[in-house]
Amino acid sequence: MSKPKFAYVHLAACSGCEISFLDNFERLLDMMDMVDIEYMTLIKDATDIPKVDIVFVDGAACLQSEDAVETLKKARENATYLVAWGGCSSTATINNFSRGGQLPQPQHESFPPIKRLVKVDASVPGSPPGPGMAYNVIRAFVEGDLDYLKYLSSYSLGGFACGCDLWKDIVDNGLCIGCGACAMACPTRAITMVEGRPNNVFERCVKCGACYAQCPRSFLPTAAIEKLMDRLMED
Amino acid sequence: MAYQGFGKYKEVLSARSADEEIRNIAQDGGTTTALLCFALETGFIDGAVLTKKSSREWVPAQYVATTRDEILQSAKSVYALSPSLYRLKEATRERALSKVGYVGLPCQIEAVRKMQLYPFGARDIVESLALVIGIFCFENFYPESLKAIVEGLGEEPLEDVVRMRCASGKFRTEGEKGIIVPLKQASRYIQDGDRICPDLVSEWADISAGSVGSDPGWNTVFLRTKKGHDFFQQATGAGAIETKEISEEGLKALEKLAVAKKDRAKKHIAKREELGLYVTRDIYY
Repeated sequence: MSKPKFAYVHLAACSGCEISFLDNFERLLDMMDMVDIEYMTLIKDATDIPKVDIVFVDGAACLQSEDAVETLKKARENATYLVAWGGCSSTATINNFSRGGQLPQPQHESFPPIKRLVKVDASVPGSPPGPGMAYNVIRAFVEGDLDYLKYLSSYSLGGFACGCDLWKDIVDNGLCIGCGACAMACPTRAITMVEGRPNNVFERCVKCGACYAQCPRSFLPTAAIEKLMDRLMED
Repeated sequence: MAYQGFGKYKEVLSARSADEEIRNIAQDGGTTTALLCFALETGFIDGAVLTKKSSREWVPAQYVATTRDEILQSAKSVYALSPSLYRLKEATRERALSKVGYVGLPCQIEAVRKMQLYPFGARDIVESLALVIGIFCFENFYPESLKAIVEGLGEEPLEDVVRMRCASGKFRTEGEKGIIVPLKQASRYIQDGDRICPDLVSEWADISAGSVGSDPGWNTVFLRTKKGHDFFQQATGAGAIETKEISEEGLKALEKLAVAKKDRAKKHIAKREELGLYVTRDIYY
């Protein structure tokens, strides 16, 4: 059986998620064993998005750029499984604050999360997500590990996410146990713990969604952890 | 015999620190403190993220310990919320530790394992975790709750308290006066999130330690992962830890509590779902 084909499409983002992807270092070789990288402008000379099995979309599509929207549409059309890789595609992250009036062109002002434009199969929030997430998602896709992927398709992980989710879904529902995982996950240190509860400094929050995703009370991958524990008991 | 509510483990036993200095300052047998000290001495870890009492009475502080003295500061339980996972970032990024020990409550161990599988915002941390020790926990309090229990119900100033214990249905303090409050009364003040937590004995840790089930001055210890089991054997072999068999009676008492916690979780999850509230996806196990 031939290997699944992989594409990496880059829209409006800072490249941090792409660097995080590459920061798998020697694990990249394992990833290349799992999928054939057909399209990734950073490491391959291919100019057209080919038909692939899985695509990572990094970044948001600017509504004032026909080219960006077309690229996103094409990525969706040409891929069986579309992953919103990183905050800018999952939640729009810092693009949420765009007002236009800047480079590359002053009229570029709207960058919604890509799920408003195309169907997203899995969202990986974080700005950037840890390198391990790229490896894990590709592994799960290749092995058909739906137990792993199912949590990434929940609506809460993509969309308009920020520290507010911790209130709306976790603290407000009496779920928070004050563990500190959200504050740890925050890339901008917007979250401090006050009286054992997260306190979000909105001036610092870039709405990447990592805090909510990392919270053990948003979802708990019980079956996968049990499997992990079985492995850890053996080796 | 197989017990309910303990999770998977290779071995369960009673243990305590062989070092009297540690035993004197510890909550019970000082096993956790002794294991950390031994891990640091032998290079198994190069630091640990822990909880200690802060300058404010019975308000927990979270910190990164890299010396024996710093580890000793974490001895004894503080029955209040301690978001110590936050410090893992400091340990790995700012202090550049590559073999970190972590001691947390069952819910924090859950968060650690989730992090290992889904490192959304846990870059480098996963690879740096060398030893995960989970302590037993039935419920936890806000610092203000402790005040309400000790000063309000027990009429003892918090600063006079040297040790707190939750055992056999009683919340006790040791110190100037020493108070006893029935847990039924004290439990009003727990944080609500604990009511849906199904894990008493840190089922997903490398090593779990607590007091219920063992004689006074001893810890009940579960050796779960291979890493935790092998390290514990090493510590015992080197004379850092003393062990003895745990009684069936002790395990039955612990089982009763573990099952009670799971029952409580089940009940409260159902209650909340009935109210139409969101409950953590796939939490019950």
